[in-house]
Amino acid sequence: MQKSALHILLADDDEDDRLFFKDAFEEVKIQTKVQFAHDGMELMEHLMHPDTILPDILFLDLNMPKKTGKECLIEIKKTDHLKHLIIAIYSTSSSEEDIEDTFIQGANIYIKKPSNFNALKKIINEVVTLNWHYHTSGLNRDTFLLRLK
Amino acid sequence: MHALKLPLILLPSIILFSKIILFIFSNIFYTMKLFIKFDINTVCSLFLKEKLGERQVNYTPLGFGEIELDKNLTAEELESMKNDLEPLGLEIVENQKSVLVQKIKDAIIEMVFMDENGNNLKSSVYLAEKLNHSYGYLSNIFSEVTYSSIENFIILQKIERAKQLIIINELSLTEIAFLLNYSSVAHLSTQFKNTTGITPSAFQRIIKKRRENLK
Repeated sequence: MQKSALHILLADDDEDDRLFFKDAFEEVKIQTKVQFAHDGMELMEHLMHPDTILPDILFLDLNMPKKTGKECLIEIKKTDHLKHLIIAIYSTSSSEEDIEDTFIQGANIYIKKPSNFNALKKIINEVVTLNWHYHTSGLNRDTFLLRLK
Repeated sequence: MHALKLPLILLPSIILFSKIILFIFSNIFYTMKLFIKFDINTVCSLFLKEKLGERQVNYTPLGFGEIELDKNLTAEELESMKNDLEPLGLEIVENQKSVLVQKIKDAIIEMVFMDENGNNLKSSVYLAEKLNHSYGYLSNIFSEVTYSSIENFIILQKIERAKQLIIINELSLTEIAFLLNYSSVAHLSTQFKNTTGITPSAFQRIIKKRRENLK
């Protein structure tokens, strides 16, 4: 069963990064619908709202005002209706500690923000294709870990 | 004289009475016609809502008879859903290519997760024989529908099995490499790292800590 469009949500306070991200998704072969949250608070309010259609993948920046990405991650994993969300950390940090720590907290994917557009496009293509396999092929989401540079 | 007066008075009421009887009879003997205006979309969505509701699934209509479910149904659920909808005149249309892709995936999973010999088989020969199509044909359809190759999917499944085996923690990485028909541990480790971005030992450590974290 092919889903019509993949729902993507990005929480990032940087406007340039959001635009960059949106443009990259427009060039991905699989059809997607991209939404944004501007900070951690807005993200959590959006996810907790009963009318919200939950995203297929949530891209989460670690450094955000009001509530950090890590705080959001921990909160999401403690919330019953949210804990199965596929979470991709999307961060400028490439410290091994951050990476392993967010994986332990339950993130599925860790993406180091690439410096150029083509690299971002390639990464997004990979994530979306792989995620689609997870949707349709009975792969175990609990052991779905992916690190992209 | 007196005798004549009575029927005269009664006559109009008899006529009226017989008309009433005729009216009643006509309604018994003749079928009734009603004109119904219906909206096929409403009817269809009512049935869908009922049948999907029984399965605790929500859906969004996308127009032109296409709907999107908020979760994936298993093959059995989809089958029972089909059987439920059929008497109502509703049929789930399946895309032949998607069906074939699902068969390819099922065959690969069966092959990778088979306990003995599964991973010694040559996958192209195995798939072509099992699905009765040339490997080239299968490979093209698969790429067209999933935007990734059969080879990639096989690697993905082998790594998935390796993950399971690592978590169960009964076999050493060397034994796992042998079971999954890798030429060496190094080969398995490299493919694991290429597929997931992390090494098998980091994977093992993360999953272990994550589980302790949840307790």
